[in-house]
Amino acid sequence: MSVIYLMIPAALLLAALGVGAFIIAAKKGQFDDLDTPALRAVFDDDETPPERQSETSNPTNKDA
Amino acid sequence: MPSTTADTAPTPCDHCGLPVPNGLIEPDAPHQFCCNGCKTVYTILHGSGLENYYKIKSAVNTNAEPAATTGGSYEELDDPAFTTTWVTQSDDGTAEVELLLEGMHCAACVWLIERLPRVANGVIDARANIRRRTVCVRYQPEHTKLSQVAQSLDKLGYAAHPARGKEAREIRLREDRKFLIRVAVAGALAGNIMLLAIALYGGSFSGITETWRTTFRWYSMALGIIVLVWPGRIFFTGALAALRTRTAHLDIPIALALLTAGVWGTLNTIRGVGEIYFDSVSVLVFLLLVGRWIQHRQQRAASDSVELMLTLTPSSATVIDDEGKAKRIPIETLQAGMSVRVAAGESFPADGIITDGSTTIDNALLTGESEPIKSIPSDQALAGATNLSSPVTVRVQAVGEHTRVGKLMQLVASASEHKSPVVRMADRIAGYFVIIVILLAIATFAIWTIKDSVSVGIEHATALLIVTCPCALGLATPMAMSVALGRSARAGMLIKSAAVLEQMARTGRSTGTMILDKTGTLTQGATAVVDTFGDPDLLKAAAAIEQSSNHPIAKAISNHFTDPQTDHPEATNITQTTAQGITGTVNDETITIGSVSFVTKNTSTQVPDDLQPKLVRLLDRALTPILVHASPSNRVALIGVGDQLRDDASESINALQSRAWNLEICSGDHPRIVESIAKQVSIPTHVGGVTPEAKSQRVADLKAARTNPSTPIVMVGDGVNDAAALASADVGIAVHGGAEASLEAADVYLVEPGVAPIVKLVDLSRSTMSTIRVCLIFSLCYNTLAASLAMMGLINALIAAILMPISSLTVVAICTRAGNRIKPTRTPEPR
Repeated sequence: MSVIYLMIPAALLLAALGVGAFIIAAKKGQFDDLDTPALRAVFDDDETPPERQSETSNPTNKDA
Repeated sequence: MPSTTADTAPTPCDHCGLPVPNGLIEPDAPHQFCCNGCKTVYTILHGSGLENYYKIKSAVNTNAEPAATTGGSYEELDDPAFTTTWVTQSDDGTAEVELLLEGMHCAACVWLIERLPRVANGVIDARANIRRRTVCVRYQPEHTKLSQVAQSLDKLGYAAHPARGKEAREIRLREDRKFLIRVAVAGALAGNIMLLAIALYGGSFSGITETWRTTFRWYSMALGIIVLVWPGRIFFTGALAALRTRTAHLDIPIALALLTAGVWGTLNTIRGVGEIYFDSVSVLVFLLLVGRWIQHRQQRAASDSVELMLTLTPSSATVIDDEGKAKRIPIETLQAGMSVRVAAGESFPADGIITDGSTTIDNALLTGESEPIKSIPSDQALAGATNLSSPVTVRVQAVGEHTRVGKLMQLVASASEHKSPVVRMADRIAGYFVIIVILLAIATFAIWTIKDSVSVGIEHATALLIVTCPCALGLATPMAMSVALGRSARAGMLIKSAAVLEQMARTGRSTGTMILDKTGTLTQGATAVVDTFGDPDLLKAAAAIEQSSNHPIAKAISNHFTDPQTDHPEATNITQTTAQGITGTVNDETITIGSVSFVTKNTSTQVPDDLQPKLVRLLDRALTPILVHASPSNRVALIGVGDQLRDDASESINALQSRAWNLEICSGDHPRIVESIAKQVSIPTHVGGVTPEAKSQRVADLKAARTNPSTPIVMVGDGVNDAAALASADVGIAVHGGAEASLEAADVYLVEPGVAPIVKLVDLSRSTMSTIRVCLIFSLCYNTLAASLAMMGLINALIAAILMPISSLTVVAICTRAGNRIKPTRTPEPR
């Protein structure tokens, strides 16, 4: 059971590391904008060349 | 795809999808556009391989809105005065600047804006922020100029504005981060204390050695104290501040409970006997902080949106130097004595005297006068007024705070300063709450001291203080408010302070007073055709002639009769007489349009008898009659133009009156016009010709005269002339399309035009407050239960740990109902 004497500080240390990482991230502005990244992730395939879009049914995509 | 044969269905614009006006359809072109802006954007997108935009746009399914390109030169952004202040230079030779963008509202916009490097040379990176509607652009100053970057954004349909107030924003950002860190620390510590608590509770049921019990209790205490002094500190500082100002605040009972629990828990840990409450306390601190953080975020979103609108005023002026050369300079460097060129459609950057050119000036936002003023050289032009018809040169007399607007703004600032803080419902309750809880604690202590011993008395009294911590109460208000603020934003109302909801809900038993501005609030705020009498063909011919004029009345007439389904007659031989009328030839007939005196004099005819009563009726309704005469056929038609009442005004006014609001109109416009509008919407109290100062005074008088200080005085307005009144009222509501000053002074900004959103605001406030009331009753029931258990001596740490989070979670569940009867609006009026 005496391993608990070691485990509690170890667990708290891990928690402290997590909190520390969060604080650094927050100070670097990681959580300043919580809305845009959600939108950004959805449309990440922008480097697709224009030809590949012919499979879409959107009529406005047709070229002149 | 565009179809030139579509006679019934309107042709959609290839960029925005809105119908293309018939006059703009090019039968042979492969693509059709509703405006030049859409065309520009479409060409750029297809030229840069960015057609994906349309795919994304249809996927996110947002409202159709034409691209708002302004074609501005943005020269003022290259001025060293601007760049040294707002552009950050890095060591690697790149520069970074933040720009506020108009028109960014969906995922497709974010996608397109972040593809800026493909469209603009020298731009390395663009990061959009949808909530604040900004973009952070990193570019190479040796390859491109800031004005070119802004032009590129403009060509994509997002007019760019320099984001001023960088320092204030950075302070706010640091505040936000600190808040978030507090929430995280409280959460992490609460989690760990709960783990230790589980071991302790388990031990108390199935046995635990004294060594382990002591170890876990000391660990709990160490972590619990960190929670109290780090994230939990804000409750203590809040309570101290409230005590110092002798106001009731919810932080006081919260701090009392936290303090008792902390001190008692520490003592018991050291003594090795009795309950420790660190698990309940840390979870409480965490939950309360989460509630406050969510509310904080919602409120910030509203103020960010308003910040964007504040930047939509001119930030630059075109100065003419002695050699007659024009140059754009930032407005801060403008000085008295300079000559400034103001194009049609622009607003005046400073107060001054017109030296060259004659025009009509729209003072509606400044003074509330609905009719544009004709101005010739040596006439005065006021900063903030809009130049309507033709370019003029103005010699600057006063700039900045010395202008009429600037002086009004000082009035606004002083009115805001003297605004008394709102006593929130939760805080009022908190005042009684503290007294009752302390009395109960004393009673518990007394009873148990008599029945048992002093130490048992202290034990139970402390338990009572801890379990009656108004956590549910503390969570209810911020949660319900933030849900309501979110719902109101989706319904087109940006609320800067949650206290507004409480104020607006305070009618029903007592009657609130709402002062409405006329121009731009009850009415459209722009000249339009209201009524017509006579031959439709003649009216169409008149419209064809008026198309060539820039005068606001001419524009109103040509817009009104422009029917996309039919062809327009050709107008030739057009001659204008300034401020009187216009003549032209259509289908071999000479058409004369203008004021009654102009037309009767020029054509030597009289107003026919059948039109006479109609003319009188138009004058009664405070409309401007415009006579149209055709010769040789000698036909006469009559058009009534004026500032039209909004479609929804009457209905909304009735709805407000039925919700126990006293309404009155207070306008800077001519009393005759005000009276006619008041009659149309059946508002008995109305005053016209009121100066901005008098408006503010009227609000102050009403505030002084009311018998019950909790009956709200609300001001609704749009212009600079309303700003001081908006600031001094209990709640100031700025309506859609308002001026910068009114936005700054108001507590609520309506994104949608018209008065209808005010009715929604009242309903939302009531629904939110009733939700909060339900929450309060729940939380008081919980507290009564907890208090009775504590007084009976039945509370131990485990019961407290179960009871308290359950009450908080119940309240959170109820709060999501706040304002759920308000429908979000998804289709704002296309501009």
